Amino acid sequence: MTEFTLRLRRFNPETGEAAYWEDHRVDLAAHRSVLEGILQARARFDGSIGIRCSCRAAICGSCGVRINGQPALACQTHLDEANASARDGAIVVEPMGNMPVIKDLIVDMEAVHWKKIRSVTPWLLAKEPVPVREYLVPPENMVDVTQSMACIQCGACVSDCLAMEVDPLFTGPAALAKAYRFVGDPRDAEHEERLRSIAEDEHGMYTCTHCFKCVDACPKGVDPMGQIMRLRRIAGNDLGIEDRNNGARHEHAFVKNIKRNGILHEADLLPDSYGGKLHPRALPTLVGSLPAVLRAMRRGKVTLGKVLRHPHKASREVKAIFKEVESHDERYELNLYVSGRDEDADAPTAKSGAGAGTGEGR
Amino acid sequence: MPAHDVLIIGAGLAGQRAALAAAEAGVSVAIMSKVHPVRSHSVAAAGGINAAIAADDDWREHAYDTVKGSDFLGDQDAIEIMCSEAAAEVMHLEHIGVTFHRNAKGELDLRAFGGASKKRTAYVADITGQAMLHVLYEQLLKHSSRVERYEEWFTTSVILDDAGTCVGVVARDVRTGRMETFTAKSVILASGGAGQCYRPTTNALICTGDGIAQAYRAGAGLMDMEMVQYHPTTLAENGFLITEGARGEGAHLLNREGDRFMSEYAPNKMELASRDVVSRAEQTEILEGRGVGPDGQSIYLDITVVPRKRILEALREIVNIGRDFAGVDITREPIMIRPGQHYIMGGVKTDVFGRTEVPGLYAAGEVACVSVHGGNRLGANSLLDTLIFGRRSAEHAAARAGEVPMPEVSDARLRDDAAMIEAIVARPRGGGRRISEIKEELGRTMNAEVAVYRDAEGLGRALEVVRRLKEESADAYIDDRGRVFNQDVLGAVELGYMLDAAEATVVGAVERTESRGAQFRTDFPERDDEHWLKHIVISRGPGGDPKIAYAPVTITDWPPEERKY
Repeated sequence: MTEFTLRLRRFNPETGEAAYWEDHRVDLAAHRSVLEGILQARARFDGSIGIRCSCRAAICGSCGVRINGQPALACQTHLDEANASARDGAIVVEPMGNMPVIKDLIVDMEAVHWKKIRSVTPWLLAKEPVPVREYLVPPENMVDVTQSMACIQCGACVSDCLAMEVDPLFTGPAALAKAYRFVGDPRDAEHEERLRSIAEDEHGMYTCTHCFKCVDACPKGVDPMGQIMRLRRIAGNDLGIEDRNNGARHEHAFVKNIKRNGILHEADLLPDSYGGKLHPRALPTLVGSLPAVLRAMRRGKVTLGKVLRHPHKASREVKAIFKEVESHDERYELNLYVSGRDEDADAPTAKSGAGAGTGEGR
Repeated sequence: MPAHDVLIIGAGLAGQRAALAAAEAGVSVAIMSKVHPVRSHSVAAAGGINAAIAADDDWREHAYDTVKGSDFLGDQDAIEIMCSEAAAEVMHLEHIGVTFHRNAKGELDLRAFGGASKKRTAYVADITGQAMLHVLYEQLLKHSSRVERYEEWFTTSVILDDAGTCVGVVARDVRTGRMETFTAKSVILASGGAGQCYRPTTNALICTGDGIAQAYRAGAGLMDMEMVQYHPTTLAENGFLITEGARGEGAHLLNREGDRFMSEYAPNKMELASRDVVSRAEQTEILEGRGVGPDGQSIYLDITVVPRKRILEALREIVNIGRDFAGVDITREPIMIRPGQHYIMGGVKTDVFGRTEVPGLYAAGEVACVSVHGGNRLGANSLLDTLIFGRRSAEHAAARAGEVPMPEVSDARLRDDAAMIEAIVARPRGGGRRISEIKEELGRTMNAEVAVYRDAEGLGRALEVVRRLKEESADAYIDDRGRVFNQDVLGAVELGYMLDAAEATVVGAVERTESRGAQFRTDFPERDDEHWLKHIVISRGPGGDPKIAYAPVTITDWPPEERKY
């Protein structure tokens, strides 16, 4: 048994008082969860501590909270782990972000999360005719969509989505991962309509800023940002949908730039991201960036020569990389949810040797 | 006052399947749950769902395996219905979007499971319950114009009219504390099991026997309550479930000597014998000093014999559980497990249409006892049970909606329940014990005395404890005086439900003086078909004490025989 201090964010909407911090000391084995710590505090000291929880095993998605500032499931976070990242020796537990607090650690998921989920037509629009037996689909596709299906709707990604903090109307990581669950499902009949709808929405998939917060937050390895990027690739490459925030063009300009110069030739990147120096769309941006260009010239980062000539050329190694990548005629869109192969070398693990009794573990 | 043709309490697989079936039948339907539907405990079902869909399989084989698994206590007419309707139900799930794992031809892949003579378990990795529950919720959203959802509403009572017919429920909005009467022509209880009567248990904190106690208090009989399943592989550390899918994929059970001891107990099926058989074998090894771990109270589950790629693809969730909750990489070393409370075969007695003994009141899923599981449930039959009898209950209740008028309901029950809640809130602090202490004592007692092995002495002690706890719960106090999300007061109401369910379990176990399925009496170690090939039905007697009756077991094609695996 080890003693831990839990610092809980308390809020009671019925008192009219502001939220406050409250410390509780709990006594548990170090690898027990923060949820068990909270439940012990509730059982021993104060039954009014509010937290949604049910399965205790990271599958029901009820107990999403922030622990020491990071979104997590309380049941999946060990006390010793949390203690290691604690400041002042107290494990800080507070409600998730981006959603209104109802009481203590309980947030209003309906007002934010579920509304967004409902906005992506979250059910299968099955291809007709419906077969008598099962739809015959490649096994890889089912494993693939099982990654987004593994989402337990805990809200951890929503809690810390930076784009949603700036634009509360952003569809958000969980709902867009849910959208991929259908776009990636060969049984769904409306892939294109789905993609057009989240592409045309100005708070849709192009609002994601690629910050990886949701990837870190997700307790189930759903990789919401990865799903969003795949939605974008399918929309851009297969349906020619224009990225309303210029991100796709920027990506292409970047790749073209490196292919040609080996290292980044910044003078071309900006105009190319807007369709080229002569494109009307590029003009205001180019004019707008003049002060930055002048500053760069003053410091010698940019010279007229560098702008007009291309002193670098891609090296043989860079060319070889491009050649290799471009030789794949098919875009491999399946994710890496299922990793590892039988022939994988057995990497040594920290725990190896601990499992006595079986002799030849593989 | 809201009024619906069909009102479903509980939004796990049974409840949601019922809601969809009722909506399809065109009646007005509402589904109510004390937690958001996707938090329901069905979400934790891991391994899969059984159906004879392979070309070389037949539903009769599935039925026989189920009958044998039940130790011949299951009602064979109900089992035939469940197994013969299984294939169509699984295909329906596939059509609405469940991402079942496929074989190379793109058909549903099937895995082996305990007590099954063939591979007949369809699955989604080891998150089958989650995948199914979330897809059903997608369908509820799709049909939201036809299905009213009351999410985070806690049911306090089933309401009966003067004739004893069920006419609705009283419930409390968890978020605001407001109480309301809901009128319904029919109520379907789909509120799950009562695993929280035990500690440890694989069951979620919400599995507190609500529907079982509500039906019991309304006069319905409870059947087979003594039949409590101990799952053979729960994490020694904290009682979490390790799916039977692990053994289905080939994992071994090893004792202290490193022997696959199941060869002594079930030479043909080995690790894939029925759960009661495997749990008993493990417990025997432990009792005879061949357990592993610091206290010798565990057994090794060795999953390393399964190819690593297959583990990562098909047993991903237990890779996570091993890592997160035991610090073990199951692909590289064995993990310590032991038998742990997992499921109750018993529940509210119903017929094959889900009807309880109270007119207008139905039950489906773990809350119910049809009985398709008898003395012991086969793995991957519970998801099937929820769907088949959830749907059948809803179809019957929907038809009933055309035959009866919408009842007139007074608010008498609402006033009683509101007063009951106020009284709990007003109990003086320190006047009695804390609710949490009583729950702890109940759980430990049930797990010590009403577990894999039982005898008259231990059961007698358990009954005494349960009855004392019932008295103590009357003045047990809580801390929360508020209305918004007062989980404390709901916990006190749940404790009352748990104690009713636990009492029926112990009384049934005392009564059945034989060993069958999950009930093993060391003082009556043989199965006794002459006296005990019958169900025990427990109702609430006039003074509130349990009253025992019996119901015959329906036998169609498979007379009882010796059970060997």
